Amino acid sequence: MTAMTDDSVPVTPRAIHDEMIAFGIMTALLLVVPFTSLYPFFVMQALCFALLACAFNLLIGYGGLLSFGHAMFLGTAGYVTAHALKVWGLTPELGILAGTLGAAGLGVITGLVAIRRQGIYFAMITLALSQLLYFIYLQTPFTHGEDGIQGIPQGYLFGVFNLAKPTVLYYVIVAGFLCGFLIIFRTINSPFGEVLKAIRENEPRAISLGYKTDQYKLLAYILSGTLAGFAGALKVFVAQNASLTDVHWSMSGEIVLMTLVGGLGTVFGPVVGAFVIIAMQQYLAGFGQWVTVIQGVIFVVCVLTFRRGVIGEIAHYFRRSL
Amino acid sequence: MQALYAQLLVGLINGSFYALLSLGLAVIFGMLNIINFAHGALYMMGAFCAYFLLNVAGIGYWPALIVAPIVVGIFGMILERTMLKWLSGLDHLYGLLLTFGLALIIQGVFQNYFGSSGLPYAIPDELKGGMNLGFMFLPIYRGWVVIFSLIVCLLTWYLIERTRLGANLRAATENPTLVRAFGINVPRMITLTYGLGVGLAALAGVLSAPINQVRPLMGADLIIVVFAVVVIGGMGSIMGSIITGFALGVIEGLTKYFYPEASNTVVFVLMVLVLLIKPSGLTGRAA
Repeated sequence: MTAMTDDSVPVTPRAIHDEMIAFGIMTALLLVVPFTSLYPFFVMQALCFALLACAFNLLIGYGGLLSFGHAMFLGTAGYVTAHALKVWGLTPELGILAGTLGAAGLGVITGLVAIRRQGIYFAMITLALSQLLYFIYLQTPFTHGEDGIQGIPQGYLFGVFNLAKPTVLYYVIVAGFLCGFLIIFRTINSPFGEVLKAIRENEPRAISLGYKTDQYKLLAYILSGTLAGFAGALKVFVAQNASLTDVHWSMSGEIVLMTLVGGLGTVFGPVVGAFVIIAMQQYLAGFGQWVTVIQGVIFVVCVLTFRRGVIGEIAHYFRRSL
Repeated sequence: MQALYAQLLVGLINGSFYALLSLGLAVIFGMLNIINFAHGALYMMGAFCAYFLLNVAGIGYWPALIVAPIVVGIFGMILERTMLKWLSGLDHLYGLLLTFGLALIIQGVFQNYFGSSGLPYAIPDELKGGMNLGFMFLPIYRGWVVIFSLIVCLLTWYLIERTRLGANLRAATENPTLVRAFGINVPRMITLTYGLGVGLAALAGVLSAPINQVRPLMGADLIIVVFAVVVIGGMGSIMGSIITGFALGVIEGLTKYFYPEASNTVVFVLMVLVLLIKPSGLTGRAA
């Protein structure tokens, strides 16, 4: 992981201070969105992907593990939540819980397999596992194949908040995003997060210090998958459907792209990256397949010239931790 | 029984493509330390190259078998010289991300001009028709693909494991600095290695054009299966890649006959089993 070590800033009171200020600004911006002319649906969608990218970033940016199959958590949680709401008639909070737990279970199963190989093999294994799941979802009846699960009722969260109202839904999504973000933020700055970073930097040394690195990596993987699933469960209420596109490898690629654009291993990078990529997809929707080409170009440009990403470059320039 | 033999043959053909592609991936990984995500897109370019040669220049299948891998191989070498070269010394994952981006670009451009449907490519006259082997009917072209792929794989194995050039190449994989000190131009060797791996992918593309039609996304899903093949076989051994590729193709063919619902997942399931039993892969060293 030599490539990502040169600008990592140690956790100091000042670094935490900077990140707290940035967090406050982000929260304030999100709270005023309904009073601006910004389209709330766009922000909600971007927030779901932002949480997803943050969860992915927990794994690669802090654990050094590149998962090329994170869409499987998004899609699985989406299907479980959608099924729970529509077929079982569960309340929204139980639906979200079911979806998140589904993703956690998937994290345990796939994690036990994927963690057995390191480095570049890990990326190939997670990609293959997500493709396996894609074919399973294509064939099992409960996902409704190519159509997906549609027309999902939004219901009342905790019996109080009417999620069919756009403003209420917006604040619920913001609350969900902030919760997930804080969990990740706390994890990064915990002793557990420090051990993860140590493993990323030099795994043999971490082993020689007595850490059971496989357990740490597995736990990070499950946590990342669970939070990605939480994002997927929230997304069901925004999109009101669950479909195969959410499990496809191209979705996993988009998650990687968002994090890369924003900055691998930065706290706020994935959020910025998600907004950039979702905005790009909205504005370029009329260009058809050229969007894929542009995404490819962004990948190439980022890797060749811009490896720190937007937030990474800003943080590096001001010598701050963001 | 006819259907079983037919599926076995399909399995062998798919196995040929797995072997050719995973062989290229292994050779490239050995020299460049990069997992070439663009391999599927370059395979597709090989097929399109054959299609253009026929429909634009009137050049048929046999010359295309040589010309297309060279053209795509040169394209690959340009990619290596202009982009991949700059990643040496960086973490593996950047190579994967860069080549993934390249795959998106190549596939996206072809999709824009040719849509997602398949373009037909006729079987050459010499290989039309079939033979009755007594127990099954063998379309000659399909038999040709299997035998020709096997020969190419074995030639590649011979080149790398038994010639002086291959010895230099293997040495450079182990310790590039030392090999350079002996006066061997390692950067040029890396470029040629990438060209070779890409050429093998393009060759597989030409071979598959008459069977699977020419489609912009023909390599997109295939590359993921090939990744699983590589995880199962490990990238440490050339012969291992060849054998694993063919074996998995056959197993997939058998699954199509006995339990068709699992035919597109069986390779991934096998990958999971291999990881649980022997994590380093069947032939690979621990990585």
